[in-house]
Amino acid sequence: MRKLALKDEYLLLAEKPARYIGNEINSIQKDKETTAIRMALCFPDVYEIGMSHLGIQILYDMLNSWEDVWCERVYSPWVDMDRIMREASIPLFALESQDPIREFDFLGITIQYELCYTNILQILDLSGIPYYARERSDADPIVIGGGPCTYNPEPIADFFDLFYIGEGETRYRELLDCYLENRKQGGSRDEFLLAAARIPGIYVPRFYRTEYYPDGTVSAMKPLAEGIPARIRKELVDDVSHTCYPLKPVVPFIKTTQDRVTLELQRGCIRGCRFCQAGYLYRPVRERDVDVLKKYAITMLENTGYEEISLSSLSSSDYSGLAELIDFLITECKSQHTNISLPSLRIDAFSLDVMSKVQDVKKSSLTFAPEAGSQRLRNIINKGLTEEMILEGAATAFEAGWSRVKLYFMLGLPSETEADISGIGELANRIAAVYYETVPKEKRNGKVQIIASTSFFIPKPFTPFQWAPQATKEAFLDKAYLTRKSISSQLNQKSIKYNWHETDSSVLECVLARGDRRLAPAILEVYRKGCIFDAWSEHYRHDVWMETFKENDVDISFYTTRERADDEIFPWDFIDCGISKEYLRKEWHKARSAAQASSESEQLVTPNCREQCQGCGAASFRTGICVLDKNI
Amino acid sequence: MKVRIKFSKTGVMKFIGHLDMMRYFQKAIRRAKIDIAYSGGFSPHQIMSFAAPLGVGLTSLGEYFDIELRTAMDEEAIKERLNQVMAEGVAILETTALADTAGNAMASVAAAAYEVTFAEGTVLPDGWTGQLTAFLDQPQIPYHKLTSKVSRMLDLKPLLYDSKVTEEKVYLLVNASSADNIKPIFVMKAFFESIGVTISEHSLYICRMETYGLNGDKFVPLSALTE
Ligand code: SF4
Repeated sequence: MRKLALKDEYLLLAEKPARYIGNEINSIQKDKETTAIRMALCFPDVYEIGMSHLGIQILYDMLNSWEDVWCERVYSPWVDMDRIMREASIPLFALESQDPIREFDFLGITIQYELCYTNILQILDLSGIPYYARERSDADPIVIGGGPCTYNPEPIADFFDLFYIGEGETRYRELLDCYLENRKQGGSRDEFLLAAARIPGIYVPRFYRTEYYPDGTVSAMKPLAEGIPARIRKELVDDVSHTCYPLKPVVPFIKTTQDRVTLELQRGCIRGCRFCQAGYLYRPVRERDVDVLKKYAITMLENTGYEEISLSSLSSSDYSGLAELIDFLITECKSQHTNISLPSLRIDAFSLDVMSKVQDVKKSSLTFAPEAGSQRLRNIINKGLTEEMILEGAATAFEAGWSRVKLYFMLGLPSETEADISGIGELANRIAAVYYETVPKEKRNGKVQIIASTSFFIPKPFTPFQWAPQATKEAFLDKAYLTRKSISSQLNQKSIKYNWHETDSSVLECVLARGDRRLAPAILEVYRKGCIFDAWSEHYRHDVWMETFKENDVDISFYTTRERADDEIFPWDFIDCGISKEYLRKEWHKARSAAQASSESEQLVTPNCREQCQGCGAASFRTGICVLDKNI
Repeated sequence: MKVRIKFSKTGVMKFIGHLDMMRYFQKAIRRAKIDIAYSGGFSPHQIMSFAAPLGVGLTSLGEYFDIELRTAMDEEAIKERLNQVMAEGVAILETTALADTAGNAMASVAAAAYEVTFAEGTVLPDGWTGQLTAFLDQPQIPYHKLTSKVSRMLDLKPLLYDSKVTEEKVYLLVNASSADNIKPIFVMKAFFESIGVTISEHSLYICRMETYGLNGDKFVPLSALTE
C-alpha cells in the first residue's frame, strides 16, 4: 500500500482529501529506482480545474510511454491545505509517488492564464525551490513553463529555467536526451540549460537580455550566448492524426470541471477574430482524421468508463468531419447510455437538429457570441456573425422548442461608441421579439429567457489588437452601466437578464499579458503578501496588487491604456508564433480604417482561411489548411 | 437479474466519500463491460442501490451494493471482471444473485460490526479495557449528540448489540439501519469522556467488518440475505 505524504488528520481536516491522495484509475506507478528521469507536471490551480486540462493529459501519456521517464502530477493545494502544509512544514509532493517535488529532475508548469502567476510562486515556495531561477542549485529541479501565456513569458521569465514554446509533442524527447547526456558528462545546470537553449522551441531566459529606451519601451532583446537563436520559433505538430493522444486518461474520484472524455477535433481556427489570441497562436488549422477520432472515442470510453464525451476545438462547426463524427457518436452512444456534450456550435439548421438529438431542448440554451452589439463594431473585430444570422438561428430554434438564449459580448473594444453599447440591449430585445412573433401563445413555455453577459476587452499579444489601449477601469464601469441602461429601456426588458464580469481583474490581466521582465519583483511581492488563487474572485485582492505595483514603481497605465506606436518593439516580439508582425499590423490598420468608415459596406473584413488565404505567415509551417488545395 | 456485490474499501480509499464511491462504481461497471440495466427518461442512470454509507476516514471489509443486469451473467464472472478494473484499495469480495423478492441493500441493513484500533503511539490509561467493558455493560449509555445547533441526549445502550474489548482492539456491533444508526465513534467518545481522558479522533482507526440484515431475529451478513 502506498504511503501518503499527508497524515490522516491533515487529510481529514481538508475540504476534499481526494485532491491529494492520487491512486486514480489510469494514473501511472513506476519504480523510481529504475526510471532515469522524474518529471512532475503541474497545473497551477486547484485539482478539479487542473485535472480537466487536455494538454497535461497528452504530455502525461506521452512522457510515461517512455520507459526511462516517470511523469507524475501536482496541482495547487487549495487554501485550506496550503495553510496546513505551511504550518506543519510539509513539502509539496507529487500525487503518484507522494514524493517531494524538490527530488524531481523536472517540474513542468502549464501556464494557461495570467491570473495563475502567484500560484506558480506558491508551487515553488511549497516545494522549497528558490523563486528566481538564478538562485537554484543542481539539487533543484529544472523548472519548465509551457502553454499559451508563454507567448509572452517575460513577466515571469525570471522564475523559470526554460520555456517550451509551442505544442509539447515535438521536442520533449530531445530535451530529455540532452539532460541525460549532460548528466552522463557530469555537466552543470548551466551547461544543460545552454545546450537546451539550442533546441528549437526552447527559450532559456537567463541567456537573453532585454534593453529599454528611456521612455520605457523595449529597444532590443539580445541573446547573450553563442549559438542560441535571437528568435524562438513555436513548435507544432505537423500531422495531428498521427501523434500521441491520451487514450487512457486518468479518471478522478471527485467531480472535476471536465468530468468526461475529451475529443480534440482540430488545432487552430480558420477565423481570425481580431481580439482572439488563440485564433492566432495555434495557426494553421490542422484537422484530425475523422476515423481516428471515432476510434479514439470508443477506446477512451472503454478505458475510463465515463458516461459523457465532449468535443473540443476553437470552432467545432468549422471541422469538416463534424456531421459524420456526430452521427457516429449518436448511434454509438445511444446504445451505451453515453451523453454527448457539444461545444458551442454555430446555430443553424444542422446544429439545432444535432442538439435536439443529444440534449433536452427544454432545459438547454442556445449560445451566441456576437461579442459586439452593432454590425459596425463586429466588422471592426472581424467577427463574422451578422444580426440576420442570429435572428434566423433564434427563430428556427424557438420553433423547435428552445426558449433560453445566452449572449456573450465584450465591452471596451477599440473604437466602441455609446451606440455600439446600446446595440447590446437592442439585439437582445429583437431576439425576444422574434420569440413572441414565432411561437404562438399556447405553445409558449413561459417567457423567453435571454441572458446577456459582458466581459471586458483585454488586448493580447499576437493579435491585431496588441497595439490597442485598454479602457480604464472607470470607463469600464460606465460601459457596464450603459449596457444595463440600454437593456432596461427595452420593451422586452423583463425577458432579459444582464451579468457582467469583474473589472478589476481585467485590468490586472492586461498588465500581466502585455508586461515585461520589470514586473517580476512586484509579482513576487504580491505573493509574499499572501495573494494566491487570483483567478478566483473570492480570493482576488485588487488593492494589494495595485499598491504593490506602486511600491515597485510600476505604472500600470504604461501596460494598459497606452496606445502603442506602429513600430514599437514589444517584449514578446522575440517569439515567433508563425504569424508575421506585418500581417498583424495590416489587420490592425484594417480595423482602424473600418472604425473610420462612414458605412458598414465600406468596412473591410478579412475572409477566413478556407475562403481565401491571407498570407498571415503560418504557411511557413507547410501543414494544415495552408497546404490544402482550396479548390477541392 | 439482480446481483449483490460485497466489497472492501481500505488504504487511501478511505478518503473517498460515499457519493464519489457511487460514481466510481458507475464507471467501473462500464469499464468491466457489465450489462447493467438503466432507468428510463432523458438522463438514464444505472440501477444500483448502496447499503449503509461509510463515513470518510473509515475503512471497511463489508460494503455492499445491488445492481440490476439487463442480461444475466455468471456471478463469479462479474466479480472477476470488476476486480480487473479496481483501484488499489477496493476489492470485490463476493457476488451473489438475488431473488426478485429480496429487499434492496439499503432497506435490508440492520446492523454493522466495527473494529476499533489505535494509532501507533496512542497512550491509553492503565486498566482501560476493564473500564470500557464496565462502561458498555451499564444499563444506560448516555451520549451528548451535537448536531449543527442542538445538543441531544442519546442513550446508546439499546443500539449497541454486542461488544468485545481486548488490549489491541475493540469490537462493536451496533445498529446501522437508516432509521436509528449510531456511529462507533460515538461510543468511544462517550467512554473517554466518562473517564475524563481526551484522545484525538485521529488516533482511532475504525474499520467496518461486516454489514448485517435481519433473518427472523438473527443478524446475517447482507450477502446471505438473498431471498
Ligand atoms: S497562411 Fe493563409 S491559410 Fe495559412 S493560416 Fe495564414 S491565412 Fe490561413
